[in-house]
Order: sequence, then C-alpha cells, then structure tokens
Amino acid sequence: MSPRERPDAEDAVLQIRGAVLRRGERTLWSGLDLDVAPGELIAVLGPSGSGKTTLLRAILGLEPLSEGTITALGRPVQRKGNRRIGYLPQARPLPRETSMRGRDLVALGVDGHRFGLPVPRRGDRARIDRLVDEVGASHFADEPIGVLSGGEQQRLRVGQALADDPRLLLCDEPLTSLDLANQQAVVRLIDEHRRSGAAVLLVTHDINPVLGKVDRILYIANGRFTLGTPKDVLTSPVLTDLYGAAVFVLRAGDRLVVVGAPDAEESHHHHDHETHA
Amino acid sequence: MNWPDIADAMFGGLADYGAILGLVSNSVWAGAILGLVGGLVGVFVMQRDMAFAVHGISELSFAGAAAALLIGVDVVTGSIVGSLVAAGLIGWLGARARDRNSVIGVLMPFGLGLGILFLSLYNGRSANRFSLLTGQIVSVQNAQLGWLIAISAVVLVALLLIWRPLRFDSLDPQSAAARGVPTIAVSLGFMLLLGLVVAVAVHIIGALLVMALLVTPAAAAMRVTSGPVSVPLLASVFGVVSAVGGILLAIMGTLPVSPYITTISFLIYLVCRVAGSRRGRVTRAR
Repeated sequence: MSPRERPDAEDAVLQIRGAVLRRGERTLWSGLDLDVAPGELIAVLGPSGSGKTTLLRAILGLEPLSEGTITALGRPVQRKGNRRIGYLPQARPLPRETSMRGRDLVALGVDGHRFGLPVPRRGDRARIDRLVDEVGASHFADEPIGVLSGGEQQRLRVGQALADDPRLLLCDEPLTSLDLANQQAVVRLIDEHRRSGAAVLLVTHDINPVLGKVDRILYIANGRFTLGTPKDVLTSPVLTDLYGAAVFVLRAGDRLVVVGAPDAEESHHHHDHETHA
Repeated sequence: MNWPDIADAMFGGLADYGAILGLVSNSVWAGAILGLVGGLVGVFVMQRDMAFAVHGISELSFAGAAAALLIGVDVVTGSIVGSLVAAGLIGWLGARARDRNSVIGVLMPFGLGLGILFLSLYNGRSANRFSLLTGQIVSVQNAQLGWLIAISAVVLVALLLIWRPLRFDSLDPQSAAARGVPTIAVSLGFMLLLGLVVAVAVHIIGALLVMALLVTPAAAAMRVTSGPVSVPLLASVFGVVSAVGGILLAIMGTLPVSPYITTISFLIYLVCRVAGSRRGRVTRAR
C-alpha cells in the first residue's frame, strides 16, 4: 500500500482532533491531529516519557486526554477498552514458572473477556488454532509458555492481539529485547496484517527494523511533534528543530542513525541496534 | 511419652472408627469442599503472587474470630469480618506488588497481636483458643459447619463465573483492560473471594496453617502441568486429598487434624517437585 499524505476523513480508521496531554504542569504534547487510513503503518517515535504509550492507551479509552477527541473505527472513544482494536502492550518475557501453555495466551484474546462458566463456545478452538497457525506458532504452542523464547512469546502475543481481526492495531515497542531474526519475524506478522487492510500504530525507539514498511512517522519530542513520511521527518534539520538542539541523522547503508538527541538513553538505542540481539 | 502412647494417640480410636466417622461426616464434607475451592483459588494466588497476602488475611481473620469469641458473637461471622477487612485493605492500599507486601507485613503482626490479646481476655472454654490458630475442624458445631460449606460453595460458583477475566487479568492486566475487562472490579472481586475462603480455612486448619490448603496444592500442581484445565483440576484434587485425608487419618486417634493435612499437602508438593524437575530435564535435553 502506498503511503498517503492526507487520507480522507471519512474512511479514516482513527481520527485524533486537538489532542492535548498534560502531566501535572508539563505538557507532553498539544494540538495533535492525526488521521490514519486503512492499510497505513505509522511509527511513533520520541524519547522516553514523551507520552507515546499514553497516546495508545488514550486510543483504547484507558486514559483520558487532557483535551481533544479521538474517534476510533467510526466511534468516539468513551468506554474503557475496545475489543475491536488490537493491542500489543510493551511486555517483558514471562517468568519461567508461568503456568500456562503457549496457545492459552492466544486463547485469552478469544475468551479472556468473557464472564460466566468457563465453557468454550463452538468454534473457539478452531479460531485459536487458526490464530496460532497465522503467527507460525503451531510447533511450540503446546509448550509451557515460560520455557519459550522472547521471540516465541511475542509471536503468541501478536496472535492474541489479532484475535478479532482488528482493523486498527496498536503496538507498543513490539521489538524490544528480540534478536534480529525475531524482530524481522514480528515485523512480518504486523506487516501481513496491515496488508489485509488494517491500520497500524507502532511505538518504537528504533526505526530501522520497520523503516521499509513505514508510511508515516509521528515524532514526539520536547512537548511538540512532527508528522510526515520518513524521508521528510528523519532529517537533521527537522529533528534539530523539533528537539531545539543539534541532532544529526546519518545514513549507514540502509540504516539510519540519530545522533545527539537530548535523551541519552534513546539516542543510544537508535544507533546501538545490535545490543538487542 | 513412649511409643505405645504415641501409637495410642495416633490409632487409639481405630476400634470405633465407623462410629467416629459417622459423627464427623459433616467435617469431612466441609474439608472436601474447602480442599476443592482452596485448590482453585490457589491457582490464582500463585499466578498473582499473593501467597503472603493469604497469610496476612488469615491473621486478621484470626483476630476477628478471637474478638467474636470475646464479645460472645458467632465466631464464623467474626472471622469473615476480619478476613474481609484485611482483604479490602490489601486490595485498596496494595494495588502494586511491592506496596502490597509492605501493607501485609504491617497488618499481619498487628492482627496476630490483637487476636492474642482477645484470647487472653477471653476466659471461656480453652479448647477454643488454640483451635483458631492451629485448627480443629472436628470441634466445630454442626450449624457452623453448614455455614462453612455454604460459604465455600458460594466462593466456588463466583470464582467459576469470573474465571476467564480473572485469568486474563492475572497474566496481563494491560491487555485485559484493553479488551474491556473491568480489571479493578475483577481484582477486588478476587480479594473478596479470597477473604471468604481464608475465613473458612481458619476454622478447618487454623490461621497459621491456611497456606497448606490455599497455596501448597496449587504450587504442587503447577510443578507438573501447565494446561488451563489440568492445573486447576490437579490443584483441587490435591486440596481435597490433603483435607479429607488429613481428617480421616486424624480421627483414628486423638491428635489434631492440622498436622495431618499439612503433612499430606507437603508430601504431595515434594513428589510433584521431583516429578517436575524430571520434566524440566527432559525439555532441556531435547
């Protein structure tokens, strides 16, 4: 799907208007307008503490905006939680003794919200099998989840997030602590779902693993933000202006390195890609 | 005490076993349903890392029961009030794990101290005194047994009704909330059920030993299996075997029930631990 600068407001999967987020005295961002079209993949970048996770949680109705409105999948966000939106929260690998099989993690996406006697409905099993299959987890889905690798666990989480074939998928640092092969595998799964026409908002500190797939970038820093194609946003002048400090975007082969971004930890992550392996 | 005395304490009642069993049959039923519910609740106690909370609640439940004894009201009611106050405080003040442990660490000695104070002031039948700490199900009156069974049954049904959202919230509260699970209500609901089942367990096994039925069976089951049905099933079987087995062995003699229950559940845990480590080796070798 080709990147689109200005999707029509009518077919937008997600519309954010005049969004403001304040934490106490601090304004994390303000005046945020965003329209996300079906099939679009938007990366959300920015230093830690810039309110990226909060933006995703606001879209899910789990956290209120200070000002502004959000319309997700044609409905204003009011209630807490939304099963029509897929959500992949930032997560650490589960402890070894976690008492659950891999497929049970996926199953929570199908029936984890249901109250009442825990009796499976007709078709649940087939649905779970299909999800497990989709994320390539069939050969390890019956193992206890604690013995699975971080990459295997993350695939199962993707399976859980895709349970209701969501038209909007929110991913919070889905590639953290994965090795390169698993990063690519998870990016492929997310991209496949996007190709089916779903929009994706992906929070990441490292743009490189998704650089070839991203349509637009929302870069939040310093209480301000910039929105545009990777080519437009990831340039030295634009980021220098955003941060209010000299920032350089360097090109190393097909990868980008951001140097000098004021948040030391984040800039470290940007160029130190291999440490996650 | 010499060997014949010990043998008499353990097996002295064997000649009249049938008659004794008839007298305590309600206790056996209470033990069975507590073992069942305790095993199931224990699965979530383990998943939510709340073993310490169980202990904290049981001490306040003991204080409540001791207060009831002192002022002459129903002891079961007293233990339930104590339990629910503790569960409410822990749920309210200790949403995060670290906070929770410090809240419990503060509440527990206070509760135990209060309980000991009330017992010291109480000058009724002394058998009642220690039974709250170390348990003596066979001395609980029939009317109260009925209540214990009824409460356990209510907890069982309620637990089954919130089973899947509770499981989701225990593993991944963020995803659960995103999918519309009312996580705060589910957590508080679980604390309420935990408080009720602890109050029941205090009367059957004693405040100090509650964990033998609310933690050990589930911990043992998790050592040997990980399926969504097999873990709770095995945990409740272990709980029932421990509770009922303990009562059936204890009535052969004059010794209290609790040491039998704790020993059986501990032995089950040991066996599962050994079996589980075998399982781990096989997985690694593959």
